[in-house]
Amino acid sequence: MSMGLLRLLRGKKASAPVARERLQILLAHERGMRGQPDLLGVLREEILAVVSKHVTLDPTKVIVRLERGDDVSTLEVDIEVPNDFDRKKAAVA
Amino acid sequence: MAKVLVVTSGKGGVGKTTTTAALGAALAQRGDKVVVVDFDVGLRNLDLVMGAERRVVFDLINVVQGVAKLPQALIKDKRLENLWLLPASQTRDKDALTEEGVGKVIDDLRSRFDWVICDSPAGIERGASMAMRFADEAVIVTNPEVSSVRDSDRIIGMLDSKTVRAEKGERVEKHILITRYDPSRAARGEMLTIDDILEILATPLLGIIPESQDVLKASNVGTPVTLSNADGAPARAYIDAARRLCGDTVPMQVPTERKRFMDRLLRRRAA
Repeated sequence: MSMGLLRLLRGKKASAPVARERLQILLAHERGMRGQPDLLGVLREEILAVVSKHVTLDPTKVIVRLERGDDVSTLEVDIEVPNDFDRKKAAVA
Repeated sequence: MAKVLVVTSGKGGVGKTTTTAALGAALAQRGDKVVVVDFDVGLRNLDLVMGAERRVVFDLINVVQGVAKLPQALIKDKRLENLWLLPASQTRDKDALTEEGVGKVIDDLRSRFDWVICDSPAGIERGASMAMRFADEAVIVTNPEVSSVRDSDRIIGMLDSKTVRAEKGERVEKHILITRYDPSRAARGEMLTIDDILEILATPLLGIIPESQDVLKASNVGTPVTLSNADGAPARAYIDAARRLCGDTVPMQVPTERKRFMDRLLRRRAA
């Protein structure tokens, strides 16, 4: 009551409820992940292993991004491939 | 029967060492025989907060490695008859804490004391996992702030899976101790509420320690806050928490800002 009144007088929104909501969502996710293999890490390793079978990769030119949404998440793997990759690989083979 | 209590948090700077010293002193004042053990190898500070930094000869690692006997390493408190400190090593590596070695030391301490209070280092590495490994009970020190609550949740997960008790299918009894609670920020809705924290962590509350100058003053002079200003708000909150650890029923005091407001008023008048 007094908290609400104070907020009304100041015309500001309290930040504590935001903190509470963010924590609840995050922890629900983290608790589910506990003891599970690191899916993101596994995917990155395997995707890179497949690509590097065919292309010579510079590990610093690989960017992996994850965006967690409420219902779906997206995994974005950005691999920079040099233009002459096919010729190099062919020469090795 | 001896109880091994770990004071832990995951996050650094939330008040683990302050809490270890304060609860240790409060329990010793009740007449229990208490040892506080510093597990923060390489970054020891419990000796400093307890005011025993100039009396450290041997440390936990020396005892674990058999270089010193336990009684040689234990430092007796100068103020309280029943209070002892086992300091951490300042020079050794935390990898020197082997599970077997720590287990033996804890067993030995159990036979000599009523309370073995383990001050965990921050983080989730070896020092922290060894500090909680043999615990019967845990005090999870939490600040009303998102990063601290998240780390506490992680630590609760470890207490429920990585301790000897958990592996035997038993439970480590867990308690949340909220520290650095600021009543004026709480009143403005700027701080996670006590209820929010307890609901999120689903763990019972041991006490609420208000943010206070007393805590800094106590560490400055190397005295547990329960002894340096026993009538102050943090000391009273710690003493109540210690009573709850012993099974007493003590009504929970939620700090309010009334006193601070009066302080401000009085100070302004005086000026």
